[in-house]
Formats: sequence, structure tokens, C-alpha cells
Amino acid sequence: MSTNTIATPKPKKPWRPTPKALIPTYLGILATILGTWILIEFTGLAGKLGAFASAVFLTTLISSLIAGLQRGKQAAKNAAVAAIITSGALVAVFPVVSILGTVIARGVKGIYLGFFTTDMGLASVNDPLNVGGILHAIVGTALMIVIATLVSVPLGISTAIYLTEIKGPGTRLIRFLIQAMSGVPSIVAGLFIYSALISGSGRGFNGLFGAFALAILMLPTVARTAEEVLLLIAQDLREAGLALGATQWRTVAMVVVPAAKSGLITAVILGVARIAGETAPLLFTTGGGDVTNLNPVDGVMGSIPFAIWKALISGSEESNARAWASILVLLVLVMVLFFSARRLGKVRR
Amino acid sequence: MTDNVKPSSLASVAAGNANRAPGKNALGTGLEARKVHAWFGKNHVLSDISLDFAAGTVTALIGPSGCGKSTFIRTLNRMHEFIPTAAMAGEVLLDGKDIYAPGIDVTKIRLKIGMVFQKPNPFPSMTIGENVLSGLRLAQLKRSDKDQLMEECLVRAGLWNEVKDRLDAHGGSLSGGQQQRLCIARSLAVNPQVLLMDEPCSALDPGSTLRIEETIRELSETMTIIIVTHNMQQAARISDYTAFFLADGHPGVMVETGPTSEIFSNPKDKRTENYVTGRFG
Amino acid sequence: MLEEKASSTPKPREITTRPRVSDKIFRAVIFTGALSSLVILAAIAIFLGARGFEILAREGLSFITGYEWYSSINADGTSGDDPSVYGIGAMLIGTIVIAFIAIAIGVPISIAAALYLNFYAPNIIRGFLVGVIDLMAAFPSILFGLWGFNILMPSGEYWAKLLHKYLGWIPLFDVSTPFFSRSPFIAGLVLSIMIIPIVTSIAREVFSQTPLDRIQAAYALGATKWTMIRAVVLPFGYSGVVGGAMLGLGRAMGETVAVFTVLNIVFQANFQILLGAGGNVASMIILKFGEASAEEIKALMAAGLMLFLLTLIVNMLADLLVSRTVKQGR
Repeated sequence: MSTNTIATPKPKKPWRPTPKALIPTYLGILATILGTWILIEFTGLAGKLGAFASAVFLTTLISSLIAGLQRGKQAAKNAAVAAIITSGALVAVFPVVSILGTVIARGVKGIYLGFFTTDMGLASVNDPLNVGGILHAIVGTALMIVIATLVSVPLGISTAIYLTEIKGPGTRLIRFLIQAMSGVPSIVAGLFIYSALISGSGRGFNGLFGAFALAILMLPTVARTAEEVLLLIAQDLREAGLALGATQWRTVAMVVVPAAKSGLITAVILGVARIAGETAPLLFTTGGGDVTNLNPVDGVMGSIPFAIWKALISGSEESNARAWASILVLLVLVMVLFFSARRLGKVRR
Repeated sequence: MTDNVKPSSLASVAAGNANRAPGKNALGTGLEARKVHAWFGKNHVLSDISLDFAAGTVTALIGPSGCGKSTFIRTLNRMHEFIPTAAMAGEVLLDGKDIYAPGIDVTKIRLKIGMVFQKPNPFPSMTIGENVLSGLRLAQLKRSDKDQLMEECLVRAGLWNEVKDRLDAHGGSLSGGQQQRLCIARSLAVNPQVLLMDEPCSALDPGSTLRIEETIRELSETMTIIIVTHNMQQAARISDYTAFFLADGHPGVMVETGPTSEIFSNPKDKRTENYVTGRFG
Repeated sequence: MLEEKASSTPKPREITTRPRVSDKIFRAVIFTGALSSLVILAAIAIFLGARGFEILAREGLSFITGYEWYSSINADGTSGDDPSVYGIGAMLIGTIVIAFIAIAIGVPISIAAALYLNFYAPNIIRGFLVGVIDLMAAFPSILFGLWGFNILMPSGEYWAKLLHKYLGWIPLFDVSTPFFSRSPFIAGLVLSIMIIPIVTSIAREVFSQTPLDRIQAAYALGATKWTMIRAVVLPFGYSGVVGGAMLGLGRAMGETVAVFTVLNIVFQANFQILLGAGGNVASMIILKFGEASAEEIKALMAAGLMLFLLTLIVNMLADLLVSRTVKQGR
């Protein structure tokens, strides 16, 4: 190098706005807040919608005004669109915040220790909240999830292996059908099981049938996620296995599947999350009992979603509170599943 | 490709344009980089580059892969900042004003400093004609004489005769070389002072390359051109000045710069000589 | 043979492999498993079709076009005087109306959210928001129903009144009686929120496939972020986003529990979307199922078949559109 004495300057990001350049922005935010307050206070706009609408309107107006004064007409348009798009994203996220807040606030009121250890067998919908619980529903949901998993996971993972490893005849058709199947309305799955196994057969509702209906809904989720996971496995790995003289069966079983293990578990968890709260198919298949029933092939079986449904339909104040408490339990279950799937998914990458 | 070329032949090629005068009709007063550094995250990729690009000249940036040429050229029209971890130091002066100064409108900078990319990238949703005029739409500039402008740009890019009967066809229907000239025409429509070209011929066949080189020579009458190239013959053929970049395990630096004829016939630095004679790189 | 002397270029050899027995078994087992989707989809159509055949054959086309649903046979087997009539026309219209309200509200929001996540959001916020929207996709529909009924409905009613007050001159926003609660509009509102996650995630994926060189070319021509999006991202992602919207439409058409919870189900075709009366096929099936006679159950199976076919077609079209765009970007 010609000279070694050059002091390296500090890396900078001159495209980031300087504090001074941000002053108009801060003034703009202030003006927006003030303006929103004035609009709500002195015009007919009222309520959350009014506040939000006027905030969006003023943000759009003021930010495009600032950009326009600084950099001309097209910058003004750009800023206005940015404000609208950002507001759209806020609207998309708002329901989650509201749902979580409402469910937690209303749900905790109905929760007491006995809620998890007693069932509704002897309690009526109008009983106070410290009587009865959802043990029957938790047991039912757990049993049905286990059975649905046992049915759908082998089928789903076979499908994924067929699509990624064997690629035999009909690969495109099967991929297409799996995609189409993921859009089958849950009520149709319930009606199908009812029409195929219950209607006219003399058999009654039971947990097994419910689990079958759930398995139909779980299958596409498992298959699609597992396919994505298997596609991420490097082709070299498969070729390395085959080049060692292994059969395809051994390559898949000993190289590909172990390499994709955590991803495949993620696929199963996502499948379980998909069905944990399904209500409609159970209405046609399980009967929704109030008593804890450990036998999936005999007699009606409760489940958390069905318990919520029942409490909702009966409409008394106590049952409403029970519905919120049950949905809090369901929400916690779904969130635990969701976050563990994400965690596992992250480890993989 | 460059490995077997004898230095003397490159030097004689370069000597052919030693006496070319800078384009007199060139807009602006050129571009100047002052002590430019660049980083990606903690990785210091470019160190202390100072280069003066006089108006109406063609400057070739040469050097082995990964030496920071492309990074450098992207700092010149503020495309560098699209990489989230990117940082830089130093100044780039256009008509004497720092393009990184606070309050500068970056879209106006890019209007004055156009860019042609390695791979031809016409907008597929637009016709050939719309592609040429896309810059007007993107920057929301008003022009009344659009048809005239379109023809002028296509003529300057050397494409008019080939496409004048099918301006409504889609840009993707052209060959690779034609697409690249369409991209050049597209850059011309917003009338830039400086045109940056990042290995514009690397994805093209020799015939198309030759056509583009002709175009570059013609354009240099009216604008300042900075071109990154791996092809040393190309650098010798078309450029007035050449700058040699080298990374060598450290941040990329500029080893040597000067008139192209001198770089190829009489390099001052041993490393430049090794590179232009094909001993490495 | 003629070719033998005519040509000197050799014919390509056929390479044959005879898989080992273990591989044959492996492939057979996996193939059987992979057929499950085909078998299940076919079985759904066959069983619902078989159970509903009697009604479909009797009613003919008027099963789809008819507005009347009347079962003369009571649950206890006694028969009424008038003959039974089964037509789901009103409910089909309701299904489509409500689903279109949902995408009319949900899709613009989703596109804005997807653009924000891809092109505007700072890195930290992007990861967080993507997580939040994915989580929303995992929420069960009964949760949306309960929340929609208790939280969204009061606001929705207020917004409906505003719409009626200022836009009531448009027939769509007119009401015959001022009853704004539990209307198709509110059901569509709840559904619009339910489809936001899926439409957003598809739009996000489609937009993220936009070739980077085109984006950079636009910026190098002096584009602002918005003009770049309009000239490059939106034309590229157009058909993918339409596909995503159709997937959302399919979801909205098949949704049962959430609609049943918020909607006042009345058996009529209601084009006054703000009026608190309406229905869709799915919620009608739930409503009638509990007290249905054997004959009416058959009619409900036929209705289920129609719903299945409708959503299947919508989903398949949507899938074609999405995969076309995503492939084009690769």
C-alpha cells in the first residue's frame, strides 16, 4: 500500500436523517396530535374510529406537506402514500392487540383452580363460576388431537416425501390437491364424517369421529409444511447417501428425515395449532358431552371449542364468563403451540 | 479472456484513443469522489478512494473480482445505501456539491447520475416505448414531446433502427444485447449528466458487446461515463482514463489511476503491471 | 430395420434400474399415503353427493336458484300439510355477498400491510409484525366470533349507521327498517379481519419475489418509493395478489362459526347489507342441523356439497394464480 498512515474514518450512514433534519418531522407529529385533538373536540367526529380517521388524515396531510415543502410535489405524494400504507398496517395488527387484551381481561375472571379439575357434568349453565370446570373439554381436546395426529401425520409426511423424494407419477396433481384441500371449509369436513360414518348407520357421536374430521383439516397443513422443510434439505445430502450405495429407503430414513427432524416437528405442531380450536366439524361428530369421557369410541365427548360454543349459545351471564375463561385456555394453548413452532423453525435456519 | 493478451497489444489499442478530447457538449462539470470509504456491517470493503471524473470523459474501473469496484460505483449515485448494513465515509461531489449532504433529495441525484446494470433489466410489464419513457413516469416528469424524446434516446442508444417498427412489443422480446441498449436508452430519457455502467457487457455476446462499446463512445460526447469492466480490452478500447482497484485481503484500494494509454503501456505500480499483463486476476 | 443402415448416430440407450425390494415397498407405502388427499377429496364429494342425491334429483336446478327452504317433516317424523321445498339460492347469495364484503375491506388493508412489511418497515418492526400476523392466522374462528360479537359489533353498528346516514341513497347502504345489529356488513367485517393474515402473507411473499434488479433500475431512474412500487412491484405481483384475495374469498365463503355468532340468520336474499338479517350456506347448515328430520339432513348434505364445490373451485383458481406469480419471480 502506498501509505499506511491513513487514518480510517468512522463508518457513517449519511442517508439517515440528522437530528436537525428530523425537527420538521417532530413538529409534524406534534401538529398531528394537536390537530387530531382539535378535530375530535370541536367537530362531530367521535369515538375511536373518529380519532383514528382524523389521525390518519392529518398524518397524511402534514407529512406530505412537510415533504412537499422540502422536496417538491412528487416527494409529497410519496409521503402521503407512505402514511396511508403505514396506517393500513396498523389496522391489520390492531385486532390482535384487541383480541389478546379482551380475552385476557375477561377470561381471568372465570379461572379458578377447580376450573381445570372438574367438569360440567353436575354443574348447570347458571351455576356460579366457582362450580364446574372444563376438565372434560381439556381431556376431549387432548384425546382428539392425539388421534388426529396419529392419523394425519403419517399421511401428511408420506405425501411430503412423495412430493420431494420420489417425485413419481401424479406429483403435480397431488401437490395441487393438497393445496386445494387446505381450503376445504371445516364444516365440510364435519359433514363428510357425519355422512360417511354416522348418518343412517345407527352409530352415535363419539370422539373418534371428531378426531377423523380434525385429521382431514390437519393433513394439508402437515403435508405442505413438511414439503417446504424437505425441500430445504440440500440435494448433496441425498446424493451423498445414494453414492454410498444406500437404497432410497435408507437414504430417506437415515439421512433426509433426521436432517429435517426439527422442521418436521414444526409441521406437526402447526398442524395441531390448526385444529386445536376448530369448532364446526365437532358439532357434527362429537356430540359435545359435559362429562369427562376417556373412551373415544363410545359416547359423546366434550372439547374446549364445543364447551365455548355451548356456553355461548346458552347465553346466561355465568356461561358467558365461562366461555371467556375457556377461550383464554384455548388461546394459551394455541400460542404455546405457535411459539414453540416458531422457535423450532428458527433453530433450523 | 484477458490472460493471453500481450501488454503491447493492449497498449496499442489504448494508444488509439489517447488524444481524444473530452466531449464538449457534456452536461455539468463532472463528478468527484473524495476519500470515499465503504463498509458492509463491520466489513471495511473500500478504503480512501479519491477520483476525479472530468465532464465528457470515459473512465474505466478495472481490477479483480471482489475489489470493491461495483461497491464504489454504487456509492456514486447512492445505490449503496439499499443494503441495510451499508455505511460509508467521504464525499461525492456533483457539480461541486456533496450528494450525501443532509437535505439532498436523493431521487434528484439519481436523475442526474444514471445507471446501467450488469444484467439487462427492462421492465417486463411495459412495452419498448414505455420502457424508454419509464424514467419520466417514475420521476413524474412532464414532457410534451414524448415521441420525439423516445426516438432520440433510441437513436443515441443505437437501437432505433431495430425497434422502430415494434415499439409496442414487450421489452422481453428483444435479444440480450438489444435489451441492454434499451436499458441505456431508458437511462438517457431523463437526461443524466453522468452515466454509471456496472459491467454492462458481461452478460452479452461479443457482437452485442461491440455495439454497446460504439454506443458508449458516442455517448461520451455528451456525458460523463464511468464503467466497471472485467474485460481489459474493453477498457483499452473505450476509456480515456483507467483506475485499477485491488483488495488483496484488505479493504479495496485504488492502486493507480491515469490516462488509459499510460496504465496499459507504462504502469507505475508493479501490481498494476502484473494485472494488465495478465500475470494474475 | 431401415434405420440401422440409414443413420450413424446411435439411438439413446434406455437406462433401466431395477429397484431393490426394500425400495419397492418403500415407494408403494409412500405412494399410498400420498394418495390420501385424492381419496379424501373424492370421498367427500361421493358421500355428500350420495346422501344429498335424493333431494338434488327432486329439486333439480331450483336447489341452487330457489329461495325457499321448508321442511314439512318434523323431527319427530310427523308430516305437515305442505310439501317440502329445499332451495339454497338466498343463502348462496348471502355467502357471496358476505365474502365480497370481507375481501372489499380486508384485501386493501392486507395489501397495505404487505407493502409496509416489505418496503417500509424497519427491520426490527418487520420481524415483530410478521410474527403478530402469523399468530393471528393461528387464532381459531370461534375466537374471532366471540370477539366480533362482543367487541367489534358495537363499533360496527355505529359505523353502519354512519354509512347509512351519509351513503344511504345508494341502494346497497339503504335499510328498510333501522335495525343495524347482526347484519351481513358486520359479518363481513369480522371475516375481513379473519382473512387479513392469509392475504397479507401471500401478498408479502409475492411482493418479496419482485426481482431486485428491476427495483434498483427504477430507483436508478430517480423513482420515489411509491413510483417504484407502482411501476415495478404492483404489476409484478398483480396476479399473485388476486390469487391471494381469492384464497381469502374461499376462506370467507366457508367460514361457519364466526358468521353464525354475529349474524342474525334469516332465510331471505338480503342485498341491504347494513340490515340485520342474512345468512350464508355454512351458518344455515349449523342452524338447521340440530332439529332436522332425516329428509332435511339429506338436503343439508346437498347444501354442504355445493359449499364444498364452490370453495374448491375458488381455491384452485387462486392457487393457479399465486403459483404462477411466485414461479415467475424465481
